[in-house]
Amino acid sequence: MSEYKNIAWQGLWKNNPGLVQLLGLCPLLAVTTTLTNALGLGLATLLVLMGSNILVSLVRDYVPKEIRIPVFVMIIAALVTTVQLLINAYAYGLYLSLGIFLPLIVTNCVIIGRAEAFASRNNVFKAAFDGLMMGLGFTLVLALLGAIREILSQGTLFSGADQLLGPWAKGLTIQLWQVDTNFLLAMLPPGAFIGMGLLIALKNVIDTQWTIRHPITSPDAPTRARITKVS
Amino acid sequence: MKKAMLKNGLILALFALICTALVAVVNHLTADQIKQQETQELGRILQQIIPTNLHDNVIAQHCIRITAPAALGTINSMPAYIASKNGIATAIAMETIAPDGYNGNIRIIVGIDAQGRVLGVRTLAQQETPGLGDKIEIRKSDWVNSFQGMILNAATASHWKVKKDGGDIDQFTGATITPRAYVKAVKNTLNYFNQHKTDLLNQPAHCEAI
Repeated sequence: MSEYKNIAWQGLWKNNPGLVQLLGLCPLLAVTTTLTNALGLGLATLLVLMGSNILVSLVRDYVPKEIRIPVFVMIIAALVTTVQLLINAYAYGLYLSLGIFLPLIVTNCVIIGRAEAFASRNNVFKAAFDGLMMGLGFTLVLALLGAIREILSQGTLFSGADQLLGPWAKGLTIQLWQVDTNFLLAMLPPGAFIGMGLLIALKNVIDTQWTIRHPITSPDAPTRARITKVS
Repeated sequence: MKKAMLKNGLILALFALICTALVAVVNHLTADQIKQQETQELGRILQQIIPTNLHDNVIAQHCIRITAPAALGTINSMPAYIASKNGIATAIAMETIAPDGYNGNIRIIVGIDAQGRVLGVRTLAQQETPGLGDKIEIRKSDWVNSFQGMILNAATASHWKVKKDGGDIDQFTGATITPRAYVKAVKNTLNYFNQHKTDLLNQPAHCEAI
């Protein structure tokens, strides 16, 4: 069980795809203008990540290692396209709000990164759990960044939530304060980079404080930014 | 060596085949449903810009195509949908493109009644700056409703500008290019309609309804 605990810890904090692995920056920075958008992309990524991890884990014994990357790419592309078609056909409302994010997921390196680093070396259950936790970690960072940018730029939270969750969510929108002119910097890409940088810095500060207060006895913590093998 | 290459090639081909087949099958299974959803969506938009008391036909099915690069902002033919009551054309919904948005094309649909009055305007597709230029979407702001009831003739031509340029339409704080392009596109469309009114309204349906 502690193995699963470790996977969760890796995905949510220690090896967080957004803050530590820095994978999938393109969609991360592009769509985090509001909390709603961020959640939309986060959840879509989570689903695809779980799906691709499961599929890759299932076929891992039949794929020679020389051609594993092209095979994984094909699986992910086919999966995303299928998901997009299904959402388009059976959840059109969701498609209208998530539609632009779905193709972005194909380009998200988190997916291929986890397929290569984890799913291709572990059994289905662990792979699925890893997908879930990495997806959650990614979603949390997206949501945090989206919330910060939305509050700074528009003074609201959850604006447009009804487009993602349905008409009932209209009441979720919180107007924190009224802004006469939008704070442009937070809304535009530079704001995303700055916000992201601050979040990474914050995580590093917390980690440093933690190690100072709880000195580790066994020096097993790898400090590399990208950890390809989860020990 | 050669054997390994052959084997890997075959495995790769097999995966490609399976993946392509999967996508093809799902595409085939969902194609009708997606088309239906798109027709429904078009119907919903048409319903918003053309009042129900003006027509008794299914507007989306009376579709014509117009090619007018100068007025509609594209060299491609654009669809338009004609509303009629008791067999007489009462209104038209024309799709048009504002080619000079802040970030590429803005696709717009304009509802116009037979007298050349704007019934309603909606944005179909846009990539304007989120939070600034995207107020052209009805779900973000009711700005597009400011066109409602406007007409275009020699006397009113000067109204068809954003306020900054001396016209009647509000611009957005921090975003003037988007509304300016938008107003121009709606104006050009209305102008085209005024010039070709009878010709447009009497055309039989001649494009496949999406």
